[in-house]
Amino acid sequence: MRKTALDCVYKLGKIDERVVFIGSDLGPGVLDKMKTEFPQRFFMEGVSEQYIVGMAAGLAMEGFIPYVNTIATFLTRRCYEQVAVDLCIHDLPVRLIANGGGGVYAPLGPTHLAIEDIAIMRALPNMAVVAPCDADEMNRLMMSTLDWPHPIYIRLGKGGDKIVSEEKNGFELGKAIIMRSGTDGMFVTTGVMTQLALETADLLKKDGVNVGIVHMHTLKPFDSSGVISAIENVRAVVTVEEHIVNGGLGSALLETCSELRPDLLSKIARVGIPDKFATEYGSQNSLLKHWGITSDTLVGAMMKKLGG
Amino acid sequence: MQMDDRSKLLRRYVIDAMRGGGRGHLGSSMSMIEILRVLYDSVLKFDPANPKSLDRDRFVLSKGHGCLALYAILADKGFFPISELESFCRPTSRLGGHPERGKVPGVEASTGALGHGLPIAVGLAIAMRLQKRNSRVFVLTGDGEINEGSNWEAGMAAAKHKLSNLTVMMDYNKLQSYGKTSEVLDLEPLVDKWKSFGFVTHEVDGHDVSALEAIFKKLPFSDSAPSAIICHTIKGKGFPFAEGNPEWHHKSGMTESDIQQMYDCL
Ligand SMILES: Cc1ncc(C[n+]2csc(CCOP(=O)(O)OP(=O)(O)O)c2C)c(N)n1
Repeated sequence: MRKTALDCVYKLGKIDERVVFIGSDLGPGVLDKMKTEFPQRFFMEGVSEQYIVGMAAGLAMEGFIPYVNTIATFLTRRCYEQVAVDLCIHDLPVRLIANGGGGVYAPLGPTHLAIEDIAIMRALPNMAVVAPCDADEMNRLMMSTLDWPHPIYIRLGKGGDKIVSEEKNGFELGKAIIMRSGTDGMFVTTGVMTQLALETADLLKKDGVNVGIVHMHTLKPFDSSGVISAIENVRAVVTVEEHIVNGGLGSALLETCSELRPDLLSKIARVGIPDKFATEYGSQNSLLKHWGITSDTLVGAMMKKLGG
Repeated sequence: MQMDDRSKLLRRYVIDAMRGGGRGHLGSSMSMIEILRVLYDSVLKFDPANPKSLDRDRFVLSKGHGCLALYAILADKGFFPISELESFCRPTSRLGGHPERGKVPGVEASTGALGHGLPIAVGLAIAMRLQKRNSRVFVLTGDGEINEGSNWEAGMAAAKHKLSNLTVMMDYNKLQSYGKTSEVLDLEPLVDKWKSFGFVTHEVDGHDVSALEAIFKKLPFSDSAPSAIICHTIKGKGFPFAEGNPEWHHKSGMTESDIQQMYDCL
C-alpha cells in the first residue's frame, strides 16, 4: 500500500506540476524516480515533522499540492498543532500519507503505534480522513486527490494486504462502498479490517448467518446516508477498526445514528483497540489477537447482537 | 582502532537479541557501544539491585531506537538476566524495539519518538537541584535526531537554568535514516551550535575507551553551564558490511545467515 501510494505521488507528479513530495528522513532510496526526474519537487527534509507540515502549508498557499509522508504517529501526534493551524485553519490542499496505521509497527512499541490517529484527525474541521483497504483502492484514492481543495489524511496498512476492492465499485472520497450485502447483519469496516470482516462473513455464512460488509474507506466526511441505508434493514451491526474504540469509526457511526436514526443505536456493537497503550510487542497479528480483534471476536459480537 | 574483548562481548549481546527478535537497529546500536560502556563502567552511579535508588545518576537514551546497546549493557550490569536478551520484541517480552520506563529496570524514560530525551533530562536535572541531590543527568541523542526543534528549545532552557548537572552526548555517526547528515540536513558547525546555545562543548572519538574516560572525568565542564560532548562515531561500527551503510540502520526479517555473518565479524 505504501509503495503504491508513493508510486502514485510520482505518477501525479508527472502529470501535474503542482505536485511536490516532502519526506522527513525516510528510508534510503524512497521515491528515487521522482528525485531523479524532477528533483526540484522532491524534498527529503530532516527529522522535523513540525517544520515539514508548516513548509507544506507555505507551498500550498502558493498553489502547490504537497504530499507529505512519514510514520503515522509522527505525522499526527508530533505536529498536531501545525496540522490544525497551518493546514486545517488555512484549509489547504496538503495530503498527509501516514505509514503504519494501527498495529503495523507492533515490535516497535507504543511510540510507533497509531491507535488514535483517526480520532484526532477526524476532530479537525476541514480535514478528510481516509483508510483504504488495499493497494488497488489506494491507487484509486491517490489518483483522485489532485483536485480535492482541503487537507487529506491517508492512513496506510501494512502492505501486501489481500486485494479485495473492486474496480467496478470505483472510488469517491466520502462515499461508502457496500462490499457485500447482508440480510441478517452488517459489518461496518475501514482500512484492512474490511478483509477480516469478509473472512468472518464467510465463516458465518457456513453457519447459515447472512452478514454483509459496508466499507467506510472515508471516515470523514462520513457518508451518513450511505451507511444508514446499508444497516437500517438488518438486525445487527458490528463496527470493526484497527483503532481505539473511542473516537474512530464506531464512534462516528454512533454519533450519526444518535442524530439521525436513534432507533438503530441498540443494534450496533463496536470492536476495536481497548482504551490503553499496547503492553505487548510481537507482530501485527499477535497484537490484533491481544487486542481482541479477530474473526472469533467478530463472530461473537455479531451473534450476540443477533441474539444467538 | 582494534576492539577489545569487552567491546566485542557487548556487541555479541546485541546480536543475541537481534537473533531472538529477528530484527533490530544494528547500525544505530553499534555506534554507541563504547559510549555506554564507559558511562556504565566508569561514570554513572547506579545499583542494579535497586534501580530506583534516589541517589542514582539518570541516563536517558533519547535515540530510543538504539535500545539494543542499552539492553546489552543493562544485562551485562545485572539489571536483568543476560538470557532475557533473546526475548527481544517477542509479544510478552519486556524488551521492545524501543525502551519503556516501568518495563525494563534501568530505563529512565520511554523513548522512540525522537527529540524527547533532552527536554525530559532538563526536567530531571532541575528536579535534582530542587531536591538538593547530587545525582547527575546524562542524555544521549542521535545526530539526525537533533534535527527536531525540541532539542534546541530544551538546550536554550538548560543554559538559562545553568544546569551544570546535565550532560548531553551526541552519537555523531554522520548518518541518519535516509543517508548522510551532511546531505539530509547539515548540522555543521555543530560544536559552535552547542556553544552558542550555552553548553560548554567538547569533542571525542566515541569508540576510544580511554579518550571517553578522560573526557567524562572532566565533567562538569563548568559549574554554571550544561555540558555537551560530541562523540564522533561510525554507524554499524565493527561490522564492515554495515559501517556507514544506511541500509543497515534497521533490518527486519533477518535470517540465520544474516546473524551468522554478524557473529563472524567479532
Ligand atoms: C519523531 C520521530 N520522527 C521520526 C522517527 C523515525 N526515525 C527513527 S530513527 C530515525 C533516524 C535517526 O537518525 P539518528 O538520530 O542520526 O540516529 P542513528 O543514525 O544513530 O540511528 C528516524 C527518522 C522517529 N523515531 N521519531
